[in-house]
Amino acid sequence: MLQKGGNFLLEALNAADVFTPEDISDEHRMIAGTVADFALNELAPRVEELEHQPAGLMRELLVKAGELGLLSADVPEEYGGSDLGKLASIIITENIVAGGSFALGHGAHTGIGSLPIVLFGNEEQKKRYLPGLASGDLIAAYALTEPNAGSDALSARTKAVLSADGKHYILNGEKMFITNAGFADVFITYAKVDGDKFTAFIVDRNTPGFSLGAEENKMGIKGSSTRSLIFEDAKVPVENVLGEIGRGHVIAFNILNIGRLKLGAGCSGSAKMAIGLAAKYALQRQQFNLPIAKFGLIRQKLARMITEAYAAESVIYRLAGMIEESMEDKATGAEIAAAIEEYAIECSIAKVFGSEVLDYIVDELVQIHGGYGYIQEYPAERLYRDSRINRIFEGTNEINRLIIPATLVRRAMKGQLALLPAAKALAGEVLNLRAAAPEEDGRPLAEERTMLAMAKKLFLLVGGQAVEKYMDKLAREEEIIGILADLAIQIYAMESAVLRALKAWEAGPAGAQMKLDLARAFVFDHYPQLEKWAKEAICFLFDGDMLRTQLSIVKRLCKHQPADLIGLRRQIAARLLEAEKYVV
Amino acid sequence: MKIVVCLKQTFDTEAKITINPDGKINDQGVSLIMNPYDEFAVEEALRLQEKNGGEVTVVSVGGAKAQDALRQALAMGADKAVLVTAELAAMDEYSTATILAKAIAGLEYDLIIGGFRAVDDGSAQVAGRVAEILGLPVVNVVTKLEVADGKALATREIEGGSEVVEVPLPAVITAQKGLNEPRYPSMKGIMKAKKKPMEKKDPAGLGLDAAAVAARVCALEYFLPAPRAAGKIIPGEPAEATAALVRALREEARII
Ligand SMILES: Cc1cc2nc3c(=O)[nH]c(=O)nc-3n(C[C@H](O)[C@H](O)[C@H](O)COP(=O)(O)OP(=O)(O)OC[C@H]3O[C@@H](n4cnc5c(N)ncnc54)[C@H](O)[C@@H]3O)c2cc1C
Repeated sequence: MLQKGGNFLLEALNAADVFTPEDISDEHRMIAGTVADFALNELAPRVEELEHQPAGLMRELLVKAGELGLLSADVPEEYGGSDLGKLASIIITENIVAGGSFALGHGAHTGIGSLPIVLFGNEEQKKRYLPGLASGDLIAAYALTEPNAGSDALSARTKAVLSADGKHYILNGEKMFITNAGFADVFITYAKVDGDKFTAFIVDRNTPGFSLGAEENKMGIKGSSTRSLIFEDAKVPVENVLGEIGRGHVIAFNILNIGRLKLGAGCSGSAKMAIGLAAKYALQRQQFNLPIAKFGLIRQKLARMITEAYAAESVIYRLAGMIEESMEDKATGAEIAAAIEEYAIECSIAKVFGSEVLDYIVDELVQIHGGYGYIQEYPAERLYRDSRINRIFEGTNEINRLIIPATLVRRAMKGQLALLPAAKALAGEVLNLRAAAPEEDGRPLAEERTMLAMAKKLFLLVGGQAVEKYMDKLAREEEIIGILADLAIQIYAMESAVLRALKAWEAGPAGAQMKLDLARAFVFDHYPQLEKWAKEAICFLFDGDMLRTQLSIVKRLCKHQPADLIGLRRQIAARLLEAEKYVV
Repeated sequence: MKIVVCLKQTFDTEAKITINPDGKINDQGVSLIMNPYDEFAVEEALRLQEKNGGEVTVVSVGGAKAQDALRQALAMGADKAVLVTAELAAMDEYSTATILAKAIAGLEYDLIIGGFRAVDDGSAQVAGRVAEILGLPVVNVVTKLEVADGKALATREIEGGSEVVEVPLPAVITAQKGLNEPRYPSMKGIMKAKKKPMEKKDPAGLGLDAAAVAARVCALEYFLPAPRAAGKIIPGEPAEATAALVRALREEARII
């Protein structure tokens, strides 16, 4: 059943309400397999070569991917695309990661590069650009960031002025860190018309007055091109205005929503790949006459890694499935963008959670490799460096954290989300609130489901108090916002992990044990953090008697009997080592 | 030109083989693929079709899951599929070939292509048996194939070289690595495959009774190879170590 964005914080959901990786169709399964094979056989062998950015290689590989239809999933058929839908496009992104930096070029081209035209282009623009973008004849880049306007993208200084004859906009300014810039043919960029109307433009590579800065020397994803764009009286035809003058922010933010989900999907795919490498290495490396996979601390690492990856994968598919469902009756680009905007909160969650899970996993991947993890001959070293960017681009994780509560509060104020009534109702019952004994209903994860329900109350408690105290000035209390964001992220991840396992159990208990264990391990590992964060917020919000009362409420809400995480993780690790790859 | 491709679903070549307590090979949770040699066969059929027109039908004998392998062939571009599910207690190459031949006999064909062997049991018998039952010539282990004027010109591997054979059509050809580079199914192809016809049959529906397809060969036992003993590292300076290695190979391993 289609849920409203953000609603997960208010209502108890059922397993049937979430989409899971186990629910994908046979076609989607074949897409996943084909893309993974393609990445492994055609891309992975070129990764090393690609690191040096030889001229033409990224384009050659993109064209090859285009032949299979891997560039056109989001492009409608009438413009040469294959219109496979958002879920398929996420599945492609998740499975193409063995291509290393290729995945970056692919993501920038098909996602943030092509989507602005797909969603916001006029008929003429779509006809002119989309067939080439779908085949790989044209490569796209997306240029929002400026040297002095990064997180604060709307403070862009690039200006556009209409020429005297009314045929061109004359652009002046600079864009920074633009992926694919070195070889892209089409740049989606933004400039302020007359210095104040933020507007999107399509800029062709051969535009007079347009040039590129030098290639940046990066920490990772070295195979992807990153350059600045320089506009010096660049003459952009008026037909190349994308969308309406002064409405560029609508395009910029909508594109980032879907970009964030895709980024999360890439992180999920990379995380699973890293886990396979970690398990294989741990089995093969011997110390003290034993494979290191025999040692408890290594097994614990492996179990934790796969627990996090399982949660990330559950988040991505849940969200992708929801967005796919919400697309069903949407036709125009604006409708599609609005439907995705509905899930802006979840898209930010997918981005932050996915990128932090991946960073954690590649860090442990290096650790499991010992000294060899620090040496370039092993893929661990590159994966570690390549992962880091994900927390920075498509909105830093700080910016994405700020977006979550801000969007929630905005929707609550507009009455789109019943957050305030729920917080009020909670305030009424708050003194009698205590963690209920789990309701045994014959289904597994009863404790975890009760804990989740309490976690949602905790969120409302802290959120409600914070809004009450600071009202519209809450945005200034960034640390409180950050705590609310972290609570929301963890709740969404826990719930995705739990409901997926439950759904699998309902389909057949025999195949569900690993998922049940992973969900349980995830919840019990992370739950204590919620209490800690909530207390941190409460200590800032209150003092004296009020503080003591509130703290005791938090304590009661979070009360739970801890689980045997060590035993659980041993079993999880054993199954992972048996399979030698990510397996749930 | 009508081409029939025989294909089998096998364990993924990277799958871990384990034996169940009842002595049978454990197929639970194992990922399954189209037999790689059959992929060459499908690819060759599609190339011939692209050149000469006609139709490609893929046929498999297997469990219900084998339709995934058939769908993959459809996604690559084959036109239709036939799946014969046989729920027999034991099957051998005789059973499979008998069923396949019967299913193919009901189709129109100018050429039948299959992989020269399957990567799981590796018997390399089925295509040859099908040819025998259908009374067709067969050319095995083919690495190059040209078809023109009702004839096939096939290059096949022989000890130390290759041989070019001409056969009249219809004929059975078995594919060896090197015949071609199989394509990946395109995303559009995958979405279209869902709508292509897949006919499902069973031996009874083909007019074969249990006795007609009962296995002639029965596997008595399955066992895994003994685990490899740990290797030995010979320390020391290269010259001494080499001498020690030669000695060990001669005296301990007795292989030189
Ligand atoms: C390899 C690479 C590829 C890129 N590709 C592209 C691309 O294709 N297109 C494109 O447009 N851009 C691209 N970028 C740019 C990227 O999106 C920006 O770097 C990013 O948005 C951050 O902006 P900034 O670097 O100016 O950092 P700043 O905005 O200066 O941020 C510095 C720090 O301050 C924090 N911060 C900023 N504001 C706040 C706040 N209000 N509250 C709390 N903390 C805050 C940030 O989170 C960060 O930690 C790319 C960057 C890199 C490195």
